[in-house]
Amino acid sequence: MRPADRDTRIRRITSAAASVLAALAVLLPLVPLLLWAFAYRWYFPALLPSAWNLRAWGYLFSPASQVGRGFVQGLWIALVTTALALLVGVPAGRALGLYSFRGKKLIQFLLLAPTLVPGIAVVMGIHVLFIRLRLTGTLPGVILVHLIPTTPYVTMVMAGLFANYDPEFEQQARTLGARSWQVFHRVTLPAIFPGLMVAGMFAFIISWEQYLLTLLIGSGQVMTLPLLLFSFTGSGNNAVTAALALLLIAPNLLLLAFTARYLTGENTALGGIH
Amino acid sequence: MNDRREQLKLVLMLLPALTIVVGLFLGGLLLGLLQSFDYMPLIGRTQPTVQPYLNLFRAPAFLRSLALTAWISLLSTALSTALATLCALALRRDFAGKRLITFLFQLNIPIPHLVGGIAVMFLFSQSGLLARIAYGLGAITQPADFPALIFDPLGAGIILEYLWKSTPFTAIILLAVLQAVSEDYENVARNLGANRWQRFRYVLWPLLLPGMLRASILVFAFTFGAFEVPYLLGQTYPAVLPVLAYRNYTNVDLAARPEAMAMSMVITAIIVALIIAYTKLTEFFVRAE
Repeated sequence: MRPADRDTRIRRITSAAASVLAALAVLLPLVPLLLWAFAYRWYFPALLPSAWNLRAWGYLFSPASQVGRGFVQGLWIALVTTALALLVGVPAGRALGLYSFRGKKLIQFLLLAPTLVPGIAVVMGIHVLFIRLRLTGTLPGVILVHLIPTTPYVTMVMAGLFANYDPEFEQQARTLGARSWQVFHRVTLPAIFPGLMVAGMFAFIISWEQYLLTLLIGSGQVMTLPLLLFSFTGSGNNAVTAALALLLIAPNLLLLAFTARYLTGENTALGGIH
Repeated sequence: MNDRREQLKLVLMLLPALTIVVGLFLGGLLLGLLQSFDYMPLIGRTQPTVQPYLNLFRAPAFLRSLALTAWISLLSTALSTALATLCALALRRDFAGKRLITFLFQLNIPIPHLVGGIAVMFLFSQSGLLARIAYGLGAITQPADFPALIFDPLGAGIILEYLWKSTPFTAIILLAVLQAVSEDYENVARNLGANRWQRFRYVLWPLLLPGMLRASILVFAFTFGAFEVPYLLGQTYPAVLPVLAYRNYTNVDLAARPEAMAMSMVITAIIVALIIAYTKLTEFFVRAE
């Protein structure tokens, strides 16, 4: 074997080992979470629970726990937020991706700002106004504040997609006699579909996992799973906390599985920080 | 005529998104700014004053909070960027099962920080899984022997959660950069006699640097203003700035509210200053090229 070949092989093995180690480090914190969700008795220093059962799950799905209500309200808020963010963000993304115009840089900066400036600064400021407008404690109020972090994200993902999009195809379809909805349905939609899926997934996740905005604007009237999860972490009931945490991430992982093939470094990077 | 129509179309496409960003986001920030000067005509406060800011910078609690927040953010950003660079370099090469490993490595991207915080608590607390393993190995004899990484003065648990979430995030950005450049550059450098370190320093490093900077800004901005994880894993005093601001805001004493607003404005100002510095820096480097 030539020294250069051996060198390459050693490097390849080192890379593979380092990558496996990195993946294990990512998975490791999920192990105690999974174990606790099915543990009945698990005292120090036992490495594994000494008794297992599904009591935590039974409690989650019992009417006493409010989890059903939190799940439905959170789901409703996240779905409406996602639909509105797409409705508003897709045209804006198209404008930013396809056209150059005066003030475009300023608009891009404005759209970037809500992804970087912490939500706590915005929501504390807006709280008084929302109280005045009687929007606190209502679903529309919570959905409105959820649009703050989601709309910029959808717009930027779609702008990135439209930057590589050729509107000529739409023109050609029109020339061939297609009506506007046909142009949208047959030409535009298939071309922007991957971006829609990724933008929609992250908009859903950002809304679904939102804690502080929901807490302040919801004023205890609106219940979602992150709010319930936070209150359980203080209760010392590890099994219920873990089970609820798993229930919270289940839709996210499902969505990731469905949209994984549309993910690229760029569009993941924009949403992954939250 | 056609031009006017195009312009109108453009405005109509942008208007709904801008209404949300300007109306809700900028409007919220502006209302927060006014309230930080104790100016709230809605509830009858009509005399603006800088007193809330003066109070803050005289209060040891605020300054300790500021220091702790900066420490947690800086360390999380630096460590996660360094780790992410190593991960991206490792994941760049081909090996059996690379697709699966890359997928598992990114699995925490859709997992909320709140769940990450709970997972870190179950793993690193003094009766957590790692403490149990340490006991099994004979390294400790009781939970109290295990180092306190949760609710600790240095924010170790918080930093660990941020590292866990941010490293794959930054690595994906860097991996995208690395996949966009062909290995030709490195081969040319190799043929010209560059050793491994030189190939990294003079070929890969300049390509990676913009991505590293961009990811660092995002991670710093997020960790500096984040609330959930420090609220969950941090000690009561000193708490990070967003937690302190929230506590002041929800205080029964309404007089604490302007100070809470002032704190959130300080957080925002630091992040905005950083973004502007970063933008100027990038422009400077682009011009230098």
